[in-house]
Amino acid sequence: MTDRKTTDNAPLLEVSNLRVAFPTRTGMAEAVRGVSFTLGREKLGIVGESGSGKSMTGRSILRLVPPPGRVTADRLAFNGEDLLTASAKRMRDIRGRRIAMVMQDPKYSLNPVMTVGRQIAEAYRVHSKAGAAEAKRRALEMLAAVRIRDPERVYDRYPHEVSGGMGQRIMIAMMLIPDPDLLIADEPTSALDVTVQMQVLAILDDLCSQRGMGMIFVSHDLNLVASFCDRILIMYAGRVVESCRASDLHAAQHPYTRGLLASLPKIDEPPGDLPVLSRDPAWLEA
Amino acid sequence: MTARTDPRSAGWRDWLTTDTPQSRAQARLGRAWAGWTAFRRNRLAVAGLLIVLALVIVAALAPVLAPYHPYAQDLNNRLLPPSAAHWLGTDAFGRDILSRLIHGARLTLMIVALVAATAPLAGLVIGTVAGYFGGWVDTVLMRITDIALAFPKLILALAFVAALGPGIENAVIAIAITSWPPYARIARAETLTVRRADFISAARLQGASSLRIILGHIMPLCVASLIVRTTLDMAGVILTAAGLGFLGLGAQPPLPEWGAMIASGRQYVLEQWWVAAMPGFAIFIVSLGFNLLGDGLRDVLDPKGD
Amino acid sequence: MPTLKRGLTLLVTVAATLLGLLLVTFLIGRVVPIDPVLSALGDRANAESYAQMRTQLGLDLPLWQQFLRYVGDVAQGDLGTSVLTSRPVLEDVLRVFPATLELATVAVVIGAVLGVPAGVFAAVNRGRWPDHAIRLLGLIGHSLPIFWLGLMALLLFYAKLDWVPGPGRVDVFYEGMVDAVTGIVTVDALLAGETDIFWNAVQHLVLPSAILGLYSVAYIARMTRGFMLDQLRQEYITTARVKGMSETRVVWGHALRNIAVPLITVIALSYAGLLEGSVLTETVFAWPGLGLYITNSLLSADMNAVLGGTLVVGAVFIALNLLSDLLYRLLDPRAR
Repeated sequence: MTDRKTTDNAPLLEVSNLRVAFPTRTGMAEAVRGVSFTLGREKLGIVGESGSGKSMTGRSILRLVPPPGRVTADRLAFNGEDLLTASAKRMRDIRGRRIAMVMQDPKYSLNPVMTVGRQIAEAYRVHSKAGAAEAKRRALEMLAAVRIRDPERVYDRYPHEVSGGMGQRIMIAMMLIPDPDLLIADEPTSALDVTVQMQVLAILDDLCSQRGMGMIFVSHDLNLVASFCDRILIMYAGRVVESCRASDLHAAQHPYTRGLLASLPKIDEPPGDLPVLSRDPAWLEA
Repeated sequence: MTARTDPRSAGWRDWLTTDTPQSRAQARLGRAWAGWTAFRRNRLAVAGLLIVLALVIVAALAPVLAPYHPYAQDLNNRLLPPSAAHWLGTDAFGRDILSRLIHGARLTLMIVALVAATAPLAGLVIGTVAGYFGGWVDTVLMRITDIALAFPKLILALAFVAALGPGIENAVIAIAITSWPPYARIARAETLTVRRADFISAARLQGASSLRIILGHIMPLCVASLIVRTTLDMAGVILTAAGLGFLGLGAQPPLPEWGAMIASGRQYVLEQWWVAAMPGFAIFIVSLGFNLLGDGLRDVLDPKGD
Repeated sequence: MPTLKRGLTLLVTVAATLLGLLLVTFLIGRVVPIDPVLSALGDRANAESYAQMRTQLGLDLPLWQQFLRYVGDVAQGDLGTSVLTSRPVLEDVLRVFPATLELATVAVVIGAVLGVPAGVFAAVNRGRWPDHAIRLLGLIGHSLPIFWLGLMALLLFYAKLDWVPGPGRVDVFYEGMVDAVTGIVTVDALLAGETDIFWNAVQHLVLPSAILGLYSVAYIARMTRGFMLDQLRQEYITTARVKGMSETRVVWGHALRNIAVPLITVIALSYAGLLEGSVLTETVFAWPGLGLYITNSLLSADMNAVLGGTLVVGAVFIALNLLSDLLYRLLDPRAR
């Protein structure tokens, strides 16, 4: 592997008591309320329902929480470097080059009036002194790496001219081209057809293991995360309510996780009414 | 609810801001109150409102407020600079400029009121009818509107006045005739958003006629955006009317119309600058007032149009 | 064949708009309380020649036939004869139009160069003081009577400070010294190699075009701000930031590229507005363009000239509308 992996024993990412708050008319509303975890070169799944704060957790690592949102933490460090006190310029060096993010829907996350090739090449050139020809060569390689058959042709297409699955592969190519150490995948397959979901996941999985990257996989799909990730955090109302290895998920303790598991339909049991998740207000304080 | 034993001591504020209004009137007043609170926070908009109110008051009390008669000539005191006797100086006929400006407020207010009472109304009727009936009615009316929108407004207004003959009434007619199309577009857009709403279907099921639905249900919903647009447009109307006056096509002498006053001061501008400058300030302030007010109203009544 | 169909629809729309414009100018021409027969013959015409002239002018025909005749005349470039100059109106209009074109073009460049950055700056600083300041400046700009501002600017910059030359397109002793090839003095002077005259013309152009341009700054800035706010909310902006791009490149490289097309439409429309707004500016600055031609004709009730000028401004208006529509389709990859 490459020289960057020498710090393998130190955690890639340390998060301790992360809070994200937004001012509202009636005071501050906290979207993330004290999340803590550490991440090595592994695949960590963050599962939760809409509004549970899972996406905000991902974005606050990149310091991309939109204003007027406010991020605080006891510690938020990448490779031992404090992200909260890093200068804006230092953050730009880290973004893309060290930490990248794939977002939900390529329809919106790709710039509609730039060719996809240009957008990928640009991601490369932001962090290197490479010329246009070199960047184009690397972009074509990257398109091939995400298993796009005819990279030359796709290179000159506009985002509205490619399918959702291909768009997401382009997005992955764009995010992986500067060779980051950590990839945050924020619901990367939720907007895709079921048939191409697995394809995209396989590509993501292969590239991550090949490059020895860490990954945070944010999703609302418990099954998917359990089969894809090494470790799982379950979030509810801005807090982590459960943290376990994916293989130990069946032994989860928290009633919310148990409720989620119980409400999954199983193929080997007779179909009946799925139980409705009952929510205990006490979980908010847990 | 139970905590409020005496509504008067609990205050109108509670009654207005409640989430559970007891009557339609209370709901409406509550909405108005919420709008007013939002509006009040915008200091510039309040300033605009005060300017417009000042215009109305000055126009109403012009004979009382003006120190001199607007037509009173005094050829011994021509072109005097601003002084204690003539705060804003005198013009080429020795008339007091301040008094003429104060009386000119009446003309400005009259032009604004007449245009505001006609063009938006015409646009409202055309737009709601087109939006409500749809089909060929919509196609025909909106084609005409689009065609009219593509015309050069100011030049057409000039041509109208040239044809009808100079004068303040004809200026108002020309401005109104050339400014209805945007209102029709807005009213149609608003109508389309509510046309398929359940409460319109309910009214129709109850046997309400199209006329009744348009008048009673659709038009009131278009009013907010039309008021915003009208207020903002009034600044432009004032400027156009003044421009017509400046070209000698609007109000005729000796009427103290502000644009015409600038035109008459034009030949003295290098030496007696105040003759042309003062009416310009008046136009600017009143026009700014309408702009500030309209801008503030837009924030309150039409948040979509950010 | 959807392109062909769209092209046809566009063509029909343009034709209908032109016809509508002709109808309006025709009707204005009919309501004028001036007897065209008497103005052609003079007051002392006898009944026989009066009737003859009436037939010759087509005034005994039904109104719709008169309109068709009018459309036919205009299509052949016959806008009538100006009473004031005794020349065909079309000839007059073509002679004065370049001056207006020059003024409005420089003005729209000023408007775009100031307005677009102001709008972007306001959007990026949304809700903070630069946003409020630009908004207030815009409202102030929209409240100033342009003819008064022109007068006051002449008073200050010409009479008091002597920074710019007075009204007109060039100093009097330069007038007529270069051949009117394009009719645009700055271009003609350069073509003739007369740099002195060119600089003199530029100095004359600065004040009126700046005043006229200021008028469009507010509109362009306001529209730019709105478009920009829409774009800055989009997810692809986050993508660009995730890539590690600087805020400057996110805004000017990614977001602005997305509003380029609607902005061109806005600028084309304000260009049209400036052509029209030049009427009052030209009057104040004695700028011998279409605006001054129309106002001079207005004051002497020269209806052929007024309506001819109106028709030309209207046609340019419609052409600019059409142009912005075509550019939209040409430049936006999603519309192609």
